[in-house]
Amino acid sequence: MTEMPVIHGMGSAVKRKEDVRFIQGRGTYVDDISLPGMVYLDFVRSPYAHARIRSINTEKAKGAPGVVAVITGKDLQPLGLDWIPTLSGDKMMVLPTEKVVFQMQEVVGVVAESRYAAADAVKLVEVDYEPLPVVIDPKKALEEGSPIVREDKRTNHVFHWEAGDREATDRLFEQADVVVGQDMYYQRIHVSYMEPCGCVAYYDSVKGTLTIWMTTQAPHVVRTVASLITKIPENKIRIISPDIGGGFGGKVYVYPGYIVAAVASIATGRPVKWVNDRSDDHPSTAFARDFHMRAELAARKDGTLLAFRVKAVSDHGAFFGDANPSKFPFGLFSICTGSYDLKAAFVEVDGAYTNKPQGGIAYRCSFRVTEAVYAIERLVDIMAHKLGVDPAELRLKNFIPPERFPYRSVMGWVYDSGNYAGALKKAMEKIGYEELRREQEEKRKRGELMGIGISSFTEIVGAGPSHTFDILGIKMFDSAEIRIHPTGKVIARFGTRSQGQGHETTYAQIIAEELGIPIEDITVEEGDTDTAPYGLGTYASRSTPTAGAAAAVASRKIREKAKKIAAHLLEAREEDVVWERGRFYVKGAPAKYKTIQDVAFAAYTNPPPGMEAGLEAVHYYDPPNMTFPFGSYICVVDVDRGTGEVKVRRFVAVDDCGNIINPLIVDGQIHGGLTMGFGTAFMEEISYDQDGNVYGANFMDYTIPTAVETPKWETDKTVTPSPHHPLGAKGVGESATVGSPAAFVNAVVDALWPLGVTHIDMPLYPWKIRRLLEEKGYALDK
Amino acid sequence: MTALIYPADAKVRLELTVNGERRVGEAEPRMLLVHFIREVLGLTGTHVGCDTSNCGACTVVLNGRAVKSCTVFAVQANGGSLLTVEGLARKGRLHPIQEGFWEKHGLQCGYCTPGMMMAAYDLLQKNPDPTEEEIRRAISGNLCRCTGYVKIVEAIQYAAQKLRSDPSWRSGGD
Repeated sequence: MTEMPVIHGMGSAVKRKEDVRFIQGRGTYVDDISLPGMVYLDFVRSPYAHARIRSINTEKAKGAPGVVAVITGKDLQPLGLDWIPTLSGDKMMVLPTEKVVFQMQEVVGVVAESRYAAADAVKLVEVDYEPLPVVIDPKKALEEGSPIVREDKRTNHVFHWEAGDREATDRLFEQADVVVGQDMYYQRIHVSYMEPCGCVAYYDSVKGTLTIWMTTQAPHVVRTVASLITKIPENKIRIISPDIGGGFGGKVYVYPGYIVAAVASIATGRPVKWVNDRSDDHPSTAFARDFHMRAELAARKDGTLLAFRVKAVSDHGAFFGDANPSKFPFGLFSICTGSYDLKAAFVEVDGAYTNKPQGGIAYRCSFRVTEAVYAIERLVDIMAHKLGVDPAELRLKNFIPPERFPYRSVMGWVYDSGNYAGALKKAMEKIGYEELRREQEEKRKRGELMGIGISSFTEIVGAGPSHTFDILGIKMFDSAEIRIHPTGKVIARFGTRSQGQGHETTYAQIIAEELGIPIEDITVEEGDTDTAPYGLGTYASRSTPTAGAAAAVASRKIREKAKKIAAHLLEAREEDVVWERGRFYVKGAPAKYKTIQDVAFAAYTNPPPGMEAGLEAVHYYDPPNMTFPFGSYICVVDVDRGTGEVKVRRFVAVDDCGNIINPLIVDGQIHGGLTMGFGTAFMEEISYDQDGNVYGANFMDYTIPTAVETPKWETDKTVTPSPHHPLGAKGVGESATVGSPAAFVNAVVDALWPLGVTHIDMPLYPWKIRRLLEEKGYALDK
Repeated sequence: MTALIYPADAKVRLELTVNGERRVGEAEPRMLLVHFIREVLGLTGTHVGCDTSNCGACTVVLNGRAVKSCTVFAVQANGGSLLTVEGLARKGRLHPIQEGFWEKHGLQCGYCTPGMMMAAYDLLQKNPDPTEEEIRRAISGNLCRCTGYVKIVEAIQYAAQKLRSDPSWRSGGD
């Protein structure tokens, strides 16, 4: 029998297919697209966080060299496009007609022959503002007498949301021996993709078609919504999401630039390019987190954890635009019982409008799972310290044991599979936990501050089953369409959109695994709504759980048909034909076989009598449940008593994302997520002064980790397959962003606990720690 | 370098060597080199990620030194020699830096990659055998939001090793 080719199926650490173009500067990002006659859009932005617009004078700008159009909110009003719906059933301003509601808000669009001419003319637009009182603190926003952000609402209150059993939880708190509680603020951060948002919009008035190349993670939903609000028929709208320079949730949203570019193209008949400058992008696109919480945990004195409760206020800025599944206004925060077998839990969240841009990005997170993990993992650590028990020991005592899966949490989620102690023990062994604790004890005696922090997180990803999950009514399935050409080569298209996750490789690996066709022969395409099957897009770690599953199921449909063709070719009965990856043979006679390529050729040249020609399949995968990736992270830090600086000495991450498609890519996802978590924990924050002036509006003021600060990550894995996913995979893109912040903070607090420090809000700036050391009389002046 | 006094509204004719070829083009005196590279020369591999010279996505090698092309006027490059990502490979053969990034999974979204590779190119010209610490310092002006840098460091180590063992890559190129 001839050797079968190397196909690079499941588990192969094959190099990525997409890299060939990226390493040669041949990627096509939005700003690389240039069309004949293209003009450029730039924006006049608000200097005020809250102000009434008395007047806008565009005359000088209109007369400036190269200017072809100036667009205000009044121009959008007759089109019904001055406000558009958000993904959460609220609405957002495109351009203001009455007042501005956050600093750097888009006010007037200027279109000119070059980006330089557009920027020049922006300065010539005169806007007369009457400043209004500003509300920045979401708790104050909910108080009586606060300035009201939205004229169309009488209140700044967005929603009240509850989950769990309040009475049962309160009862357990009353009966508990030990209760710990902590006020915590999860700061406002920006996803900081390297490629700012932008688009090229072109309305062809002859064909009546609107094509938008845009930085979007969810092109199909954008097309549907665009059709509904513009009344342009959906078959005349084409959204193309080209190569995307990072998304992380920030490119799920529709921003005013996209709308104004489309309107400008309709108005001018020319292609219009809009690309944000970083200093415009950072302060005006959506934010993540910004969550004020009071979390409490109840336990028996033997360390049995009983109940968890959270009362919180979330800041949504001026528009409630969270890309949440519609039944979950605060996302999947109810995963907050985490990895523990609790008896009851209750959470309540109030959302508030403030004079900031919209918040609520599921930043590399499956809808508020990051906040939930932070809450429970911080509180478990505080409880361990309060009880005087090792934080690892307390976790091991309270983990949901492996034999309890599938496990129904008190919040109603059915966890698919898990082995939490397995992951934690592996991390402890790898880092040498016992030895580190001994070292810490010795260092404490010498007055040195060393800390060890653990985070044993459980995620909920892969939204989601259609009975529970939809966005604007569209069920959260995802899709694959696979077509085998006569020569056995493949084109496969998906409803998702990679922004760096490597789908062109991993989806090809799935198909390779299922059909025995080498990945070199498989072309994967995403992002073009004219060619790809409908899907909800890539965010919330959903690509592998949904579209990846669709790839497997569609491949299996193809294999079914291929088997019939093979039987025909082998002149055997179908039930006697055996599949072995890449070929069919008659039972007992493996030497006589037909390869999948032979079968593909026959599908077009010699199909069995009565069979439809061709070899292709489409599948829309509706997951039966969410997947629940998990892991344990351990972080070791040394705190400088002089400067307050924290050195992350080691960080071990043991992840379990079920069966792995490509270990190289999984490693890369973990490294990247850990670095984002590190940035969140130590350096990233968008803040505002009381007048609503934004701090952290560009990469000078908003520092993200460079290669110098970033620790050298150590990764490992356990493998607990998902029982319901066709490949046993769970998704991994967000585990590290979700799981790591608590590990960093737990480590630093662990170092400072003997001084009486129970919590420090992120980011853990050196000055904050220095100040604490001073307060405790523990600072050194070198 | 030529004198830097030009009339504000006039277009200036520039002539320079780009990836080994003579190229001419026109630019307003205020035009940034990155816009000249992308929009006049049509080489879109060099990216723009910020407007404060922090991110390094626009890094190119000008006259043998890595520069952030958003912080150089096009006219300052007049008469000079420019190497961009498009000029790294030679005769269809990937440069060891490109090979390293591919082998070691040194990229994800690919947006920072060209700038990161040009910073690495600059480093390895000056220091063929850098330590990990030296590599991390050398790329600290280039932000990556996807990889966490571990694999970028490995990619540059791979390239350094390969360049040391293959002298055919040493001369020329910019």
